[in-house]
Amino acid sequence: MNIVVLIKQTFDTEAKIQLTGDGKVSDQGVNLIINPYDEFAVEEAIRIKEAKGGEVTIVSMGGDKAQEAIRQALAMGADKAVLISDPALAEVDHYVAAKVLAKALEGMEYDLILTGWVAIDDQSAQVPGRLAEILGLPQANVVTKLELEDGKAVCHREGDGAVEVLEVPLPAVITAQKGLNEPRYPSLKGIMQAKKKELKKVTLQDLGLSAEEAKAKIVGYQLPEARQAGKVVEGEPADTVRQLVEFLTKEAKVI
Amino acid sequence: MGKVFVIVEQKNGALRKATYEVLGAGRQFADQLGAEFAAVIAGQNVGGLVDEVASYGPDKIFVADDEKLANYTTGAYSDVIGKILLKEQPDYVLLSHTAVGKDLAPRLAQKLEAGLASDCTAAVVEAGELVLTKPIYAGKAFATVKSGGGTMLATFRPNALGSFTPAGSKNPEVVQVPVEIDPEALRVLIREIVEKATGRVELTEAEIIISGGRGMKGPENFAMLEEIADILGAAVGASRAAVDSGWREHSDQVGQTGKTVSPILYIAVGISGAIQHLAGMGSSKVIVAINKAPEANIFKVADFGIVGDLFQVLPVLKEELQKVVGK
Amino acid sequence: MPGPLDYRLSDEQLALQKMAREFARQEISPVALKMDEEEELDPFLIKRLAEYGLQSLNTPVEYGGSGLDAVGICIVLEELAKGCASVAVTSAATALAAYPLLLAGSDEQKKRFLPPIGEGGGLASFCLTEAEAGSDAASITSTAVRYGREYVINGTKAFVSNGGSAEFYLVFASTDRSKKAKGISAFVVPRGTPGLRFGKKLRKMGIRAADTREIILEEVKVPVNNLVGREGQGFVLAMEALDLARPGVGAMSIGIAQAAFEAALNYARERRQFGKPIGDFQTIQNMLADMIMKVEAGRHLVFQAACKLEQGLPFTKEAAMAKAFASDVAMEVTTQAVQVLGGYGFIRDYPVEKYMRDAKIMQIFEGTNQIQRLVIAKQLFA
Repeated sequence: MNIVVLIKQTFDTEAKIQLTGDGKVSDQGVNLIINPYDEFAVEEAIRIKEAKGGEVTIVSMGGDKAQEAIRQALAMGADKAVLISDPALAEVDHYVAAKVLAKALEGMEYDLILTGWVAIDDQSAQVPGRLAEILGLPQANVVTKLELEDGKAVCHREGDGAVEVLEVPLPAVITAQKGLNEPRYPSLKGIMQAKKKELKKVTLQDLGLSAEEAKAKIVGYQLPEARQAGKVVEGEPADTVRQLVEFLTKEAKVI
Repeated sequence: MGKVFVIVEQKNGALRKATYEVLGAGRQFADQLGAEFAAVIAGQNVGGLVDEVASYGPDKIFVADDEKLANYTTGAYSDVIGKILLKEQPDYVLLSHTAVGKDLAPRLAQKLEAGLASDCTAAVVEAGELVLTKPIYAGKAFATVKSGGGTMLATFRPNALGSFTPAGSKNPEVVQVPVEIDPEALRVLIREIVEKATGRVELTEAEIIISGGRGMKGPENFAMLEEIADILGAAVGASRAAVDSGWREHSDQVGQTGKTVSPILYIAVGISGAIQHLAGMGSSKVIVAINKAPEANIFKVADFGIVGDLFQVLPVLKEELQKVVGK
Repeated sequence: MPGPLDYRLSDEQLALQKMAREFARQEISPVALKMDEEEELDPFLIKRLAEYGLQSLNTPVEYGGSGLDAVGICIVLEELAKGCASVAVTSAATALAAYPLLLAGSDEQKKRFLPPIGEGGGLASFCLTEAEAGSDAASITSTAVRYGREYVINGTKAFVSNGGSAEFYLVFASTDRSKKAKGISAFVVPRGTPGLRFGKKLRKMGIRAADTREIILEEVKVPVNNLVGREGQGFVLAMEALDLARPGVGAMSIGIAQAAFEAALNYARERRQFGKPIGDFQTIQNMLADMIMKVEAGRHLVFQAACKLEQGLPFTKEAAMAKAFASDVAMEVTTQAVQVLGGYGFIRDYPVEKYMRDAKIMQIFEGTNQIQRLVIAKQLFA
């Protein structure tokens, strides 16, 4: 079972967001991590490999810094990696990203493409679906349980207020949701070995592509207005609760 | 004349609540853009929904009715709806950012080679085009997104657009679309659908949410929140700490690695207010916090806070709310 | 042109740090106070530690360990100690017991004894100190007498880390009392050897979860091929092992100090008095600035010692400086952290008083700080 795992390096969830002078999101002093949902995908792929054999290939798009995320996935137990890195990819939309990834996957042998259902930075949740469409593959999105049977994956997909149990023929694109597994830490030995694993860097030109126009354009970023702290009361519950209920019914009028 | 399309979401023959918002907003945007407004209904035995959808004032309704569309599957729905959109070439396609919407929209966008702004919380028409606002980094910032030229899709976070009164029917043309699904699109089988029998409203769609955190001390104490939720018709959420302790399911988690919600009222109980949690609920209209630690972060964003022992406050709160709501 | 010293960690070192930090944050910290209270290590945690290679830091990969160099070990031990000093000491003590084997053991011995503590997840104990032989280690009275193919060991070892739970005990005993230090030899005594008994677990001021106790050897027989190195080489091996481990003790001290500093800093940001966070007061700012200054200075001494060790340069003085300075810093900074937290620092619901109790042992064990100063001075006058 050969598995491709798509990962993206994102800001740490603890990162405070600030804008640069020209209105872009600043990455100054921000800790970078593997997108947590992609980390579930990496873990799942390694577990499948450990159970059934095969090879896990990490594919990522990003700058040089993304190598750190890739090394972490390799240290966890993935076998090799491809980093698509090109200045022209600095500000692409998901349409272009999916096309580039699809091209990078050309010629790779895989039975399964795993990735996180959403990236916590742009929280768009677009690339997996778009990629599946380009590759003509079935998909199972937002999956909390994955079992492999002969030539197919049985997935528990999280719907709104329901869980759908899907049978997906392979190869397919499957996206991970929290709950799928508990990702391991890379072991110390894994970290030491990761350096020796293959990490291939490719540019757009290597993929035979050229820069493409985005279909969706981000025209600006804003920070939310800081919420003002409201009234805080302390004392006997009978009294504080009465004040709260009064606030909810008379002032805020939400009940 | 431009076209604004809304993909209607239904489940078991009833419209999803979030769909009303998008229908209402769609009519408004179409008016402002001077565009035609159309709705697409896909499913099985959905003819009964046409009148209700019509009340939101679309000029046209496309109906794809087939047994193969009885339950939502990515393949069948994207195939059928994709064909309609490819033929119609709308300027804007609007969906709800629900489990279905966020699964369907990317595939439709790729079929149309179109842009997509997902999880939008606001949109305005400016200089003849739709300008979309979407949270990034779980609401720690916002991006403004526009079409790069061609068709643009957008999914909207439930509750974000507000409620719309139906514009009134314009006696729309109803187009029955012949359903011919590519067999390739039917490869995924639904083995089972397990409904969660909480009887409560879905977290992302709820207008009121009451969430518990580490301060709840154990899974058994969430019953107190559930009782209050039932009085208010609210959903019950949880902080990451509560979920990671195994007290609540992952699907209940509110925060950066859980659900992002924007209810009208969010009540945080025993939640300290880590930045990741604030990111997930910071766009709530009114925030109430109950916590014993006066320095807890949550009080910095709360409109109303009670410093106190939740185990003493909740029983009184339940009683008082019962009186007010009268249940 | 002389370039700048490279103070950056390599990508790999950063990855080690990140991993150990995450592990400490997620796995160790949540149970640290409980383990301290119960004076017991969480066995599940020790299993996890081994699973990720955090239990056999210095053992080469071919013998089932993680094969870290001195700098890597210091990086990891600092992070583990940030989570809980008892856990870091457990790992460090295992590494200490492995050093004599790595220095002088045969390939056969390494293959026999090391994999069980690496992949196997076991601990190891370094048994040198006796009730009457602490700083004066050469005066140990445990004996090993050879009878044919066996040695028979008798004696009692004091303050043995991992005492009740080790896979093997690296025991120093005299094979010739007339030769004093030059008569001391090193032996591996596997767990379960008849005559090997454990005293009661010691009730300590700090690192309370760590298993420290007396080890009693009564007519303990081990085969001659459990002798590590040559007869009479034991004392040198013990001193070399302690030398090699010394930067690690400094690193653990820095870990404790860093944790205390961070707790104090967070508290100073959040605690409000007189209408503003106490961190707005210069008194508190000064305390915190002093604390971090010393922590950073200590960390640099630790890395300097580890780098010299790794580069094959003389490092005895540097290791002694790192150990003594860093542990003195740990004591001072943890005491100040308690002060910043005031009454809250003094109660056991907050981790800060634990840091203070844990710091103390760092000034005492693996060569007291008084001995370290003698070592430094000896190098000065050499």
